[in-house]
Amino acid sequence: MKLSRKEVEHIALLARLGLSEEDIEKFRHQLSDILENFEILKQLDTTDVPPTAQSIALQNIFRPDEPRPSCPVEEILSNAPQREGNSFKVRAVLE
Amino acid sequence: MNDLHKLTIGQAHKLLKDKKLSSVELTKSCLAQLSAVDKKVQACVTICEDVALAQAKEADKAIGKGEVQPLTGIPAIIKDVICTSGIKTTCSSKILANFIPPYDATVMKRLKQVKAVILGKANMDEFAMGSSTENSGFFPTKNPWDLNRVPGGSSGGSAAAVAIDEAIYALGSDTGGSIRQPAGFCSVVGLKPTYGRVSRFGLVAFASSLDQIGPLTKDVTDCALVLNAIAGHDPLDSTSAAQPVPDFNRSLNPDIKGMRIGIPKDYFVEGMQPEVRDGIDAAINKLQELGAKIDRNVSLPLTRYALAVYYVIAPSEASANLARYDGVKYGYSYKDTMNMWEAMEKTKQFGFGAEVKRRIMLGTYALSAGYYDAYYLKAQKVRTLIIREFKEAFEKYDALVTPTSPTVPFKLGEKVDDPIQMYLSDVCTLPINIAGLPAISVPAGFVDGLPFGMQIIGKPFDEETILHLAYAYEQATDWNKKKPILN
Repeated sequence: MKLSRKEVEHIALLARLGLSEEDIEKFRHQLSDILENFEILKQLDTTDVPPTAQSIALQNIFRPDEPRPSCPVEEILSNAPQREGNSFKVRAVLE
Repeated sequence: MNDLHKLTIGQAHKLLKDKKLSSVELTKSCLAQLSAVDKKVQACVTICEDVALAQAKEADKAIGKGEVQPLTGIPAIIKDVICTSGIKTTCSSKILANFIPPYDATVMKRLKQVKAVILGKANMDEFAMGSSTENSGFFPTKNPWDLNRVPGGSSGGSAAAVAIDEAIYALGSDTGGSIRQPAGFCSVVGLKPTYGRVSRFGLVAFASSLDQIGPLTKDVTDCALVLNAIAGHDPLDSTSAAQPVPDFNRSLNPDIKGMRIGIPKDYFVEGMQPEVRDGIDAAINKLQELGAKIDRNVSLPLTRYALAVYYVIAPSEASANLARYDGVKYGYSYKDTMNMWEAMEKTKQFGFGAEVKRRIMLGTYALSAGYYDAYYLKAQKVRTLIIREFKEAFEKYDALVTPTSPTVPFKLGEKVDDPIQMYLSDVCTLPINIAGLPAISVPAGFVDGLPFGMQIIGKPFDEETILHLAYAYEQATDWNKKKPILN
């Protein structure tokens, strides 16, 4: 089954990933081929098999909630593409 | 001594300790080698000469005071996915081309504590996604054994740098084979530790349940020394294990009599290069000669599902991890719009390369409503079955031995436009990440001058056994002594 152009655009929107016309067409085919390879998983019966999220089966790790020094503001902001004072500058969320 | 850069950690450490060599001399020799050969090999994205020389001076001072650990004063190259405070960390991506981390990864803190020397940062497939280093957003790295071929990936820069003696050792990261496959392709030793053995704090995340940092070295002894320095629990990484860390030096014993080794036939895949198959057979015979008990009839039938499991789970985790590159906090940011969504979409469009976009798309699809159960949840369940299958095998064997890759290094450009073919080059390594096991690749031979590696897989947290077997094999062969001559 080939992915439709609309499906590719929908996934890109979910990922907030801009794609060129060329990308959309290329990914439509490549992703379809890759997904076809995943069909093999359907051969296995996994009823009653629990999923594994992480291989060494750790439980939740807690630490005491104690204050400690954080990274200096100036260092954190040193990589900011746009800043204003001690803040990251962002575009308007509500227009 | 003109060839100081060719020393191993073990050899250099002895000379440093005996004051027959200074870290500054050793560092200068590596820097000279870098400037002589890196134009051809292109293993490094950043060379930090000033930092390296300052660190070398510090190391010499410490050595003068008798403070000398195995890695003190020894120059290394670090894969550019590991955060280095004050030194650019790009993940070989345009989106992080100017990113300077304000902090060190835990492994870097540990190296600095013992006064190691950092020469620079190694090229890689963008965000560690790839098997050839051709997905670097900057330039491809070349294989020192044949400059028309790939060094493997994603830690291709790290492996090539060690193979051509630009550094005494390197750190890489391995999500599906990214240390072992390039180690095999460049004829160096590469170890992926058990998931949780080494802290991932400061390792830029690709697939958080699979990623592990590990060493690339010139021999197995060095591999144990680097692992000693970086292994251990870290409160800053809640997935790091509280397991006690043994002294891996003690594993370096050539006597492997009676050790039980299983050879899973499922790893000798269709399409495997016949000469590599023969070479791995010969390596297995060598282990048998050394006294190991070999069972060539091991069957791990779920191996054939591992590729699909991996390419559901890894991109799914990646799609979540890479959502952070929104152009707000750091990295490249598309500025030519006032619209927030457009800025975010264009930042990723122009910042990420094709393979990264492909995997974000794949992962987003596998996690999306209506497909989550069929892909992601299903893959996680098969992951459980694969872990169980390994567990059963390890009731009978101390270790499993397979080829590291089905072929010798392929040509640059050969697989770039065929993602499925590229993915298949990791077919022997990625099941190990799915199960979180430790595995090492050691040089095991050459086909027409092109190297291949043997993979030794161990039980969780049993790096000792695989180092032990690797050491015995290395002592009985001389593959790791052969060096590439640049053409």
